[in-house]
Amino acid sequence: MSIKVSMTVNGKPVSAQVEERTLLVTLIREELRLTGTHVGCDTAQCGACTVHMNGKAVKSCSMVAMQAEGANIVTIEGIAAADGTLHPMQAAFKENHGLQCGFCTPGMVMNAIDLAKGNPNLTETEIREGLEGNLCRCTGYHNIVKSIAAGAKAMAK
Amino acid sequence: MHAFSYHKPSTLGDALSLVAKQSEGKILAGGQSLVQAMKLRLASPTDLIDLSGIKDLAGIKVEGSSVTIGAMTRHADVENNADVKKMIPALARLAGGIGDRQVRHMGTIGGSVANSDPAACYPAAVLGLGATIVTNKRKIAADDFFKGLFETALETGELITAVTFPTVKRAGYIKFKNPASRFALVGVFVAETSGGVRVAVTGAASCVFRATAIEKALTAKFDPDAVPADTIKADTLNADLHGSAEYRAHLITVMAKRAVTQAVGK
Ligand SMILES: Cc1cc2nc3c(=O)[nH]c(=O)nc-3n(C[C@H](O)[C@H](O)[C@H](O)COP(=O)(O)OP(=O)(O)OC[C@H]3O[C@@H](n4cnc5c(N)ncnc54)[C@H](O)[C@@H]3O)c2cc1C
Ligand code: FES
Ligand code: FES
Repeated sequence: MSIKVSMTVNGKPVSAQVEERTLLVTLIREELRLTGTHVGCDTAQCGACTVHMNGKAVKSCSMVAMQAEGANIVTIEGIAAADGTLHPMQAAFKENHGLQCGFCTPGMVMNAIDLAKGNPNLTETEIREGLEGNLCRCTGYHNIVKSIAAGAKAMAK
Repeated sequence: MHAFSYHKPSTLGDALSLVAKQSEGKILAGGQSLVQAMKLRLASPTDLIDLSGIKDLAGIKVEGSSVTIGAMTRHADVENNADVKKMIPALARLAGGIGDRQVRHMGTIGGSVANSDPAACYPAAVLGLGATIVTNKRKIAADDFFKGLFETALETGELITAVTFPTVKRAGYIKFKNPASRFALVGVFVAETSGGVRVAVTGAASCVFRATAIEKALTAKFDPDAVPADTIKADTLNADLHGSAEYRAHLITVMAKRAVTQAVGK
């Protein structure tokens, strides 16, 4: 059995004929070939698969693609400017050494952008609580927290 | 995940007729519990009936001294709602402590209450505040709703449409988080209601339950120091790799004290 699913991804309308049981992350990675969205755990724990649905951070491994029917989806590929200039949050991760292997980074950045929206002065506690759903096995989080604090300020400029 | 058919009705009537027709089907709310269960093949419904297209099921309404939260209202919307924050701050805080922000953007109160996960937070608020579960058929008092491990009073084909919470004098909720899942290893909700003190415990047994001995002690004196120690027998509690039954029994006392401290604003 299959079903047609349509949504906007990174500003472009897309549609695909998929099996009903297709996860949103599978659609993004395997149909749309946007492999910046990662699968770390596949069990809703690590947040590597975080994307924005209608502006809000969600875990794309924990929903079927049909739950995003008609929605506006943004992935890590959709946040830099058209000329390649990094999004302020991406730039902040780069400047503050907020990544090592980079596996968790797309999910960290997508969650951070949502967290920082309208909150330029995030406290360390707010950032750490906001990262409950994102795991990093490399950095020890300190530089991620620093990156997000800087990114949030830069986004407000 | 096993294959299934997907439906997205736009009215409650259509949803109910789909539910009646698909006896092996399941309702899909936020999917934060169900989709993972399906991936593990712990659930293999033939059909998913997605309630997210039914506009009337989401939203928060204040009527007199009660707050009614539609079944499809997301945890983040309860956490951030001005009326809930003002009228039942403990409920807003509880919603804001569920899982993580990504989960709170999708998960719903109806899904959480219908699921009756032994470690879930909302059941503690529903039972602790003496809320009423509204379904397409009837109104069910919290005291009659939670029946056991993932078991509720809901009948086949019955659907939660909303949960109505009375406002209370004061209330508090504290959970000892499982550090990996953020679910409650033990969570205690205390409330001073017009009908007396209520204390609901989650995470400790097969489903949420009322701690009557603690209620009695707090009725005499609503103070953290009034919480009696070891009133709940360990042999009725869960033991797993995260904590023994004795540890959970001890945590109930400690969480109850902290919840009262939060409620009295000390
Ligand atoms: C990483 C993670 C951490 C979490 N941490 C916590 C936590 O700390 N505390 C906590 O309480 N929860 C936690 N949860 C669970 C979360 O709150 C879920 O969102 C919730 O338990 C289920 O809600 P849902 O809307 O996602 O329902 P779904 O997963 O869609 O459905 C759950 C069940 O309820 C049924 N159902 C749904 N809606 C209705 C309805 N209106 N009427 C009848 N039946 C219905 C479904 O058929 C299904 O059987 C966590 C989940 C994850 C993934
Ligand atoms: S892959 Fe989705 S949370 Fe880990
Ligand atoms: S940088 Fe390697 S997992 Fe976070």
